[in-house]
Amino acid sequence: MKQIYLDYASTTPVEEGVVKKMTDFMSFDGNFGNPASRSHSFGWKADEAVEEARNNLATLISCDPREIIWTSGATESDNLAIKGAARFYKNKGNHLVTSKIEHKAVLDPFRQLEEEGFEVTYLEPSSSGEITVEQVAEAITDKTILVSLMHMNNELGTITDIDSIGELTRSKGIIFHVDAAQSIGKISINMSSNKIDLLSISAHKFYGPKGVGALFVRRKPRVRLEPLFHGGGHERGFRSGTLATHQIVGLGEAARIAHEQMDDDLRKLENLKRIFWEEVKDIEEIYVNGDSKNKFPGILNISFNFVEGESLIMALKSIAVSSGSACTSASLEPSYVLRALGRKDELAHSSIRFSFGRYTTEQDVKETALLVKSSVERLREISPLWEMYQDGVDLDKIEWA
Amino acid sequence: MAYSQKVVDKFEETLNNPEKASVGRWKPGDEDFHRVGTGIVGAPACGDVMKLQIKCQNIDGENRIVDARFKTYGCGSAIASSGQLIDMLKGKTLEEAQAISNQEIVDILELPAIKIHCSVLAEEAIHRAIDDFKSLRNND
Repeated sequence: MKQIYLDYASTTPVEEGVVKKMTDFMSFDGNFGNPASRSHSFGWKADEAVEEARNNLATLISCDPREIIWTSGATESDNLAIKGAARFYKNKGNHLVTSKIEHKAVLDPFRQLEEEGFEVTYLEPSSSGEITVEQVAEAITDKTILVSLMHMNNELGTITDIDSIGELTRSKGIIFHVDAAQSIGKISINMSSNKIDLLSISAHKFYGPKGVGALFVRRKPRVRLEPLFHGGGHERGFRSGTLATHQIVGLGEAARIAHEQMDDDLRKLENLKRIFWEEVKDIEEIYVNGDSKNKFPGILNISFNFVEGESLIMALKSIAVSSGSACTSASLEPSYVLRALGRKDELAHSSIRFSFGRYTTEQDVKETALLVKSSVERLREISPLWEMYQDGVDLDKIEWA
Repeated sequence: MAYSQKVVDKFEETLNNPEKASVGRWKPGDEDFHRVGTGIVGAPACGDVMKLQIKCQNIDGENRIVDARFKTYGCGSAIASSGQLIDMLKGKTLEEAQAISNQEIVDILELPAIKIHCSVLAEEAIHRAIDDFKSLRNND
C-alpha cells in the first residue's frame, strides 16, 4: 500500500544531494580524516569541510560562523544552553523562566536545575498557544538569569515573537535561549538583528541527517557556558568530542539548500494547508489547536471530537501522522501541550497533528483529507459519545464510572 | 504500535462492516427493550468509553444472551476488545457471561501489556450490563 508521509514535524527525509555529500566523508576513498588532525592533508580536508558547513549554517541564520558549536542534536544543544548558562551564571541569580509548552528536551533540563536549587517559572500559554513578551516581562525578577522559549511549537506550529522578547531580556541583562529545532530552515531567523543569546538547532527537521545539531552562542555580548562534556576541548571548549564530519557536512548542505528554498517551501506549504483545510473544515465538531495568527503553515493540529486519536490513526493506515492521544504515548498521558492550552482531556485524546513538507503533493493532502472525512464519520458511527451528542446529552454532566 | 494482526483484523472488521460486527443500540421504545441490559464503562477524559447492551431471553428456565450490541470510543485495541467480547457473549447464560475474564480477551487478541486495561474495560462492561438487566427484572 502506498504510504503518505505527513509527519514532517517529527522528522524529514534527507535530501538526495545531502546524502551524496555525506558519503564522500566516510570511506578510505573518501575524505575520512579527523578535522582535529593538524599534521596532514586528511585532517585539513576534513576541517575545511566542517568550516564550509559552519559557513553555510551561519549564512542561513545571519551570524558569525565562530558563533556556531556543533552538537549531536537539539536535545544536546538545549541541555548545553540551559544547564550550561544556569550553572555558569548561578552567582548572579537563581531564577529561570520557561513555558509549559516547551519540548521535553527543555523541560527536563529545567527539572534537573530545580533539583540543583534553581527556581523556575513556567509560563502558561494562551488558549491559542501564545507566549507573549508581556508575560515574560511580568515573570522576570532581579534574580532572573535565563529565559528559554521555543521559536516554533512542535505540536501546534505556533510561532513565538522572539525578537520582542530578545529586546526585553537584553535590556535586563538576562540570557535568552531559543529552541529553534522546529523552525530552523523553515522560517527566517536573523541573528544579526535579534537579541537572542543561545539558539538550538537540529538537522533532521530540515532535510538533514539525524544525530547532528548545533548551538549558536553569541560572541557580542559574550555568552559563557559551563560545558557538559569534558575532553579534547573541541569547539572552543564548549563541546569536546571528535567532530562527526559526515553529519556536519550533511547539516551544512541542508542549510545551504534551505537558504535557497525557504521562500518557495513556505509558499508551497501555504497552498497545501489551504487545500487540506478547505476539504476538512466542514466536518462537524472539530477544533484547531493553536489557532494563532502567527503560525507556520506546515503544521496543522486538529481535534476530532468524539473520536479517539489512536483509532483514527489506525483507520488512516496509509497515512503517517501523529496524535496527542495518550494511547500513542508510552506514558499513557494525553499531550501536555494541549492540556496547557486548557483543552479538555477528551479533545487532547482526539487530536491529530498533520505536518506537511517539501515532498508533499497536492494529491497527498487531497487524498488524506477525503480519508480523514470518511474515517471520522465511520468512527463516530461506532462512538457512544457521538450517539449521546446527537441525542442532545451534555457529556460534561454525566458521572463517568 | 505493536498490535497483533488479530487486533488489526478485529478493528478493521468492525469499522468496515459495523452492522455485522454488532455495532448499534437498542433504545427506549424498541420492542423488547425491557429485556435489554446496558453497561457503560470508562470516561471520555481517559480516552475510552464502552457501551455494551445484551438482550436476554429465558430459555428452559435460564436467562441466555440472545443478542448483543456495542459502541466504543477508544483506541484500536479498545474497539477490538469490544468486538471480541461480543463474539464471546452470544448464546451464553448470564452466569457463563459473568465468568468471562479479561485474560481470555488478552489471550485471543494477543494484547500488549500496555493495552490490558482495554480488556478490563470489556469485563467491567459485561458485569455492568448483567447487573442492569437483573435490576430491570427486579423492577418488573
